Amino acid sequence: MARIDVNHIRHSYLPNPRTDADFALKEVHHIFEDGGAYALLGPSGCGKTTLLNIISGLLHPSHGRLLFNGRDVTKLSTQERNIAQVFQFPVIYDTMTVYDNLAFPLRNRGVPEADVDRKVRETLEMIDLASWAKRKARGLTADQKQKISLGRGLVRSDVNAILFDEPLTVIDPHMKWVLRSQLKQLHRRFGYTMVYVTHDQTEALTFADRVVVMYDGEIVQIGSPAELFERPRHTFVGYFIGSPGMNVMPVAIDGKTARIGSQRIELPGVPKADGGAIELGIRPEYVRLGHDGMAVKVSKVEDVGRHKVVRANLEGREIAAVIGEDETVPADPKVRFDPAGINIYADSWRVEMGA
Amino acid sequence: MEKTWNNKAWFLVLPVLVLVAFSAIIPLMTVVNYSVQDTFGNNVFFWAGTEWFEELLSSSRFWEAMARNLIFSFIILAIEVPLGIFIALNMPKKGWGVPVCLVLMALPLLIPWNVVGTIWQVFGRNDIGLLGYYVNALGIHYNYVQDKYDAWVTVIVMDVWHWTSLVVLLCYAGLVSIPDAFYQAAKIDGASRWAVFRYIQLPKMKRVLLIAVLLRFMDSFMIYTEPFVVTGGGPGNSTTFLSIDLVKTALGQFDLGPAAAMSLVYFLIILLLSWVFYTVMTSYDAER
Repeated sequence: MARIDVNHIRHSYLPNPRTDADFALKEVHHIFEDGGAYALLGPSGCGKTTLLNIISGLLHPSHGRLLFNGRDVTKLSTQERNIAQVFQFPVIYDTMTVYDNLAFPLRNRGVPEADVDRKVRETLEMIDLASWAKRKARGLTADQKQKISLGRGLVRSDVNAILFDEPLTVIDPHMKWVLRSQLKQLHRRFGYTMVYVTHDQTEALTFADRVVVMYDGEIVQIGSPAELFERPRHTFVGYFIGSPGMNVMPVAIDGKTARIGSQRIELPGVPKADGGAIELGIRPEYVRLGHDGMAVKVSKVEDVGRHKVVRANLEGREIAAVIGEDETVPADPKVRFDPAGINIYADSWRVEMGA
Repeated sequence: MEKTWNNKAWFLVLPVLVLVAFSAIIPLMTVVNYSVQDTFGNNVFFWAGTEWFEELLSSSRFWEAMARNLIFSFIILAIEVPLGIFIALNMPKKGWGVPVCLVLMALPLLIPWNVVGTIWQVFGRNDIGLLGYYVNALGIHYNYVQDKYDAWVTVIVMDVWHWTSLVVLLCYAGLVSIPDAFYQAAKIDGASRWAVFRYIQLPKMKRVLLIAVLLRFMDSFMIYTEPFVVTGGGPGNSTTFLSIDLVKTALGQFDLGPAAAMSLVYFLIILLLSWVFYTVMTSYDAER
């Protein structure tokens, strides 16, 4: 197990990158602590997989250094880094049996056959394929194939880290839950350093202790699931995490009040923002629908099961509010913003509020 | 579900049957007709029964030609398949090199058989051929007109030059269909270059390789034009393959009966081999 130190890493797929836009990874500087369970969360094309491949050594970064436990491994090959990685789509060795597939990474490293057997049987139990050991891997279903891929990642106990690149995409929803909780258990039991790439927020929030949100080649926020939800550091995080995402609206600030159109909103403090485009962000969960406050025009009510999502129009801007399953929309609807849920953003980045 | 039996479906097959009858079955029947009769011209035929077949199967000339064919097919497969795989593995996977390599590879395949023969016939000549002249100038005695080993070498090299590309292109098609993730996973798993070939590339190429072997075998077993143009079956009978022998018998000696018997035997051999390959390939599919 290792502490992974991503030191000012930039990467471009172009031979001669000039502007920032040429970089797939703009600049990432972060430490993955030994034994941590991290999720890299972000939309497609934000550089999550690039970062993962740089850590595993499948890619070598254009700039910056990578350290494992303080040792510079930037120039080392994948094999020398001793990393396990599981890919989005199942990779299996067709001609081998299920057993041999799992034994492959161990045998390649010259592990004694007795240890191979013990580890493989243990892993087979874990991924629930023990009764399939002797079968040729080629005839299996996509689910089972992906489990083998996972198994090959988990079979080596001495790895520096285990990296997952959206490993559960092809798995059906029920199995996803089971495998995810198994991974979680494994993490608790063996304390592997795990980095898990996903674009699915539920997956990220349930798997990881720390979620790293990436956007456009940069890390925009690192935090616990609760922090990401309550205090999104960037409007993108607010929008990307939560369903529906955070309401973001441009406002004018006047001391402890924000103005939106003709409406005035009391803030919990004075934002420490000097200039820039000021926006107010509030999650739908903190928008209270009732008989007092700012008048809105309700356009749609979506019943999603546990609660209802109300789409409304406030001063010409679309906002969403979450109300309980049993609540109804009043005849003359008005909204209030719960001060606890208000965040102020200057140029998309969150600013603190003073007293 | 109850199956409906309806013989009217045969009518749907009829047009194809008629076509095949005119293009294949009826000509084949005339060959059968020749094979059991003897003729001295003037359209006078005498019943010969199985005489021609017995004569053919007991003639050393036929078995020698057959042996040459099998040896030839075996040698060119043993060279072209590994060489084709090797070249395909080393071809670029992306960039400007891909179209360049593909066009270079496809070139020999575009040249007509008799032109290939003529090219090598001239190329290997001692007096004016680039190859023949310089090989002899290096002190190596080489003369495909007089020496039967030189004749064989020429015919084999010519076939390798002409057809290895086919194996390359088929293998290359198999190789480029392998997703990058397989190579990445192999790196993560610490697989050696050999293991990557053995467990990722070869299994993915297996299907196209079977097709390549089948095509090359059939083609080389029926080879006629190129050796005919280069060596004319000589020196002596050393490069006389079944097809060359057949043409000699039928058109050279005008022995229609023996030639017809030989055609039928030749046809049955090809049919049998096709069936063997077909069975092997479909059983491989069923296993998947």
